[in-house]
Amino acid sequence: MVELTIDGAPVRVPDGATILEACRAIGIDTPTLCFLESLTPVNACRVCVVELEGSRALVPACARRAEPGMAIQTDSPRVRHSRKLVLELLGSSVDLSTAPDARRYCERYGADPRRFGATPATVAQPIKIDNELYVRDYAKCILCYKCVEACGVDAQNTFAIAVAGRGFDAHISTEYDVALPDSACVYCGNCIGVCPTGALMFSSEHELRARGQWDEPAQTQTDTICSYCGVGCTLTLHVQENEIVKVTSPIENGVTHGHLCVKGRFGYQYVQNRPPGELSS
Amino acid sequence: MIVLWGSNARETHPIFFHHVLRALRRGAKLYVVDPRRTSSARWADGWLGLDVGSDIALANAIGREILAAGLENRAFIERATSGFDAYRESVEPYTLERAEEITGVAAPLIRELAHAYARAGRAELCWTLGITEHHNAVDNVRALINLALLCGHVGRYGSGVNPLRGQNNVQGGGDMGAIPNKFPGGQDVEDEASIRKFEGAWNVALPRKAGWNLTDMFAAMERRELDTLYVVGENPAQSEADQEHATALLRGLKHLIVQDIFLTKTGELADVVFPAAASWCESEGTVTSSERRVQRCRKALDPPGDAWDDIAILCALARRLGADWPDYTPRQAWDECRSLSEWHAGMNYERLDALDGIPWPCYDETHPGEQFLHSRLWEAPLRGPRAPFAAVEHDPPVEALDEEYPVRLTTGRRLDSFNTGVQSGGYRSPLRRGETLDISPDDARRYGVADGDTVRVTSRRGSILVPVRIDPGLREGLAFTTFHFNDAVATNLLTIDATDPKSGTAEFKACAVRIDPSTGSG
Repeated sequence: MVELTIDGAPVRVPDGATILEACRAIGIDTPTLCFLESLTPVNACRVCVVELEGSRALVPACARRAEPGMAIQTDSPRVRHSRKLVLELLGSSVDLSTAPDARRYCERYGADPRRFGATPATVAQPIKIDNELYVRDYAKCILCYKCVEACGVDAQNTFAIAVAGRGFDAHISTEYDVALPDSACVYCGNCIGVCPTGALMFSSEHELRARGQWDEPAQTQTDTICSYCGVGCTLTLHVQENEIVKVTSPIENGVTHGHLCVKGRFGYQYVQNRPPGELSS
Repeated sequence: MIVLWGSNARETHPIFFHHVLRALRRGAKLYVVDPRRTSSARWADGWLGLDVGSDIALANAIGREILAAGLENRAFIERATSGFDAYRESVEPYTLERAEEITGVAAPLIRELAHAYARAGRAELCWTLGITEHHNAVDNVRALINLALLCGHVGRYGSGVNPLRGQNNVQGGGDMGAIPNKFPGGQDVEDEASIRKFEGAWNVALPRKAGWNLTDMFAAMERRELDTLYVVGENPAQSEADQEHATALLRGLKHLIVQDIFLTKTGELADVVFPAAASWCESEGTVTSSERRVQRCRKALDPPGDAWDDIAILCALARRLGADWPDYTPRQAWDECRSLSEWHAGMNYERLDALDGIPWPCYDETHPGEQFLHSRLWEAPLRGPRAPFAAVEHDPPVEALDEEYPVRLTTGRRLDSFNTGVQSGGYRSPLRRGETLDISPDDARRYGVADGDTVRVTSRRGSILVPVRIDPGLREGLAFTTFHFNDAVATNLLTIDATDPKSGTAEFKACAVRIDPSTGSG
């Protein structure tokens, strides 16, 4: 076990635990955007930074291992200031309209993305719709790398996408920026499953939102088992007006770790290809 | 170490393959045995591209090499197995050289797999229909089990033999007694004590003999001994080998009842159709996965129109037949099963919910369920019967290649599709190209066809037109297709209904065909 103090309180965590895990162990809600339990930390977003006594720079809580005797501040002026600035920079350049976590953090830290003027540099661009299963709206992309990780070594190992370009021009891209049907993509949708901002979105959700009919509070979520092969993946069916509108899987599930294949993620349509008159009846 | 034998898990069990990939990242070795260089094989340390149907020759040669190198687990063999001497004798003729001749796999590669498997600290031997869809399916499986027994790779954490189940409840169906020789919980229908137990619970007289499996039923239809058939959630008019023959037999029935969520091709032949709710999202219940994990299915949608829950249909039918059945809930049916099956006794709905499912056997409500089976083989003294070796001989596919039918056609699944396409046809997969006959670049040159050109494929039973897809993972003389798009391309017009006498499985994996470039007329 490792003993350290966080905001003055003593904490004991197992060897190898991160500062983030130590914070969570004592109920401190640390903001994260690029972190997910099932993925390798990439230290991209910097909203989880904390102040470590004796360290010149702030350290990312999600990746830094807890060490004996560490003294951590999670809510010092320096931490609040840094988190606020990071959120302001993200909010000024990216459309966060479908990113509930980022918006909640902006509110908590009083981030004001408008303070960089009326015409800040943005990643605004047309939405990419090149297949019938999911859309890519990179105007909403905060470059957290989660989709790249899920498509790569952390889950799917398909490597259909990576970060291309440098600096402000860095962006998520297929090989040679080809359309998805010409890429290595196998439509598992595991990138959508980990996207924190809605930049990657099921076509079903995108179309309902466009029609103003996406009604999350009215949706039910029911866990069941996929109807295809014998692996036994848990599917969470998101249902609105007796229609499945999207499928996810619990990240803590020991079979899936939140990941599915194309059939589990998208292959449900056969139970609701009904005559038009019967829809939503 | 993981051996995938006759399995393309990367496409057919993608989330299982995630676990394989994680193991590979941690240093595990992967060997893939498959006639095709599949997307699974691309991850392998070694790919053994054997000729279709030469699995036993390969397995026996691996066994012989392990013995020749003295790498067998003597202590385990002596303590926990039987029939070893006969097995050793039976594999003696399968030298690496002879195996190379029969299987087409280079001798050094066979030797490499043999040594890697025998030396592995833990080894998992997984297979799928590449092993079981043959006329000698059971012998194929026994040949693989022999290897596990030889090395003691069974009954320990991380070591075992593992048939990857292809459907979400094919394990559960058998566990629940939806097979002709078992009651729920693996209890034998010809065992007098079991019969009496179930007679007592159900208050009926039960037959003393096992019934027919699907293949037996078709044979009985042929003999006109079976004239009434009740089909629940299956589409034999399209999924059976030698489809024209199977459909003719279904047409010849006096009475055919079909219970399904769709009006399938089989349903179109039926006298009575019961529209059913989709079991995984329109009703409650359980399914059992490939790891014997009993898992809860939950109702998320109201079924359309007049579709009923399967249990409600069965109960209503039973009442019409004069039985005194109330409307059982799925949970009541499950609790009855628990009261009669030791395997499931401890799995109440609350525990299934809390534990994300429980693998059987689970003997009581404090039992966590067994992570793996056969650990008794490691107990001293041995508890229960010894695990038998089986001497099995190479027996090539029923249909040999000849001048008239020189191409080996094998069948399987693709990533985004499933079986006869009844389910997977419902969504718009960008990966889907419709049915194709996959052939090697060499054969494409030989027949003078390009990707997308239509060819005529003919077997002794039927003939179809299908576009070709060139797959560099195939070698000369080997073609691959699926039966996902039966309405457009009826692949099972070609396949052979030669079946394994013990399992009843048809040899979907091997028939002989001729390929003719199409002249454009159909």
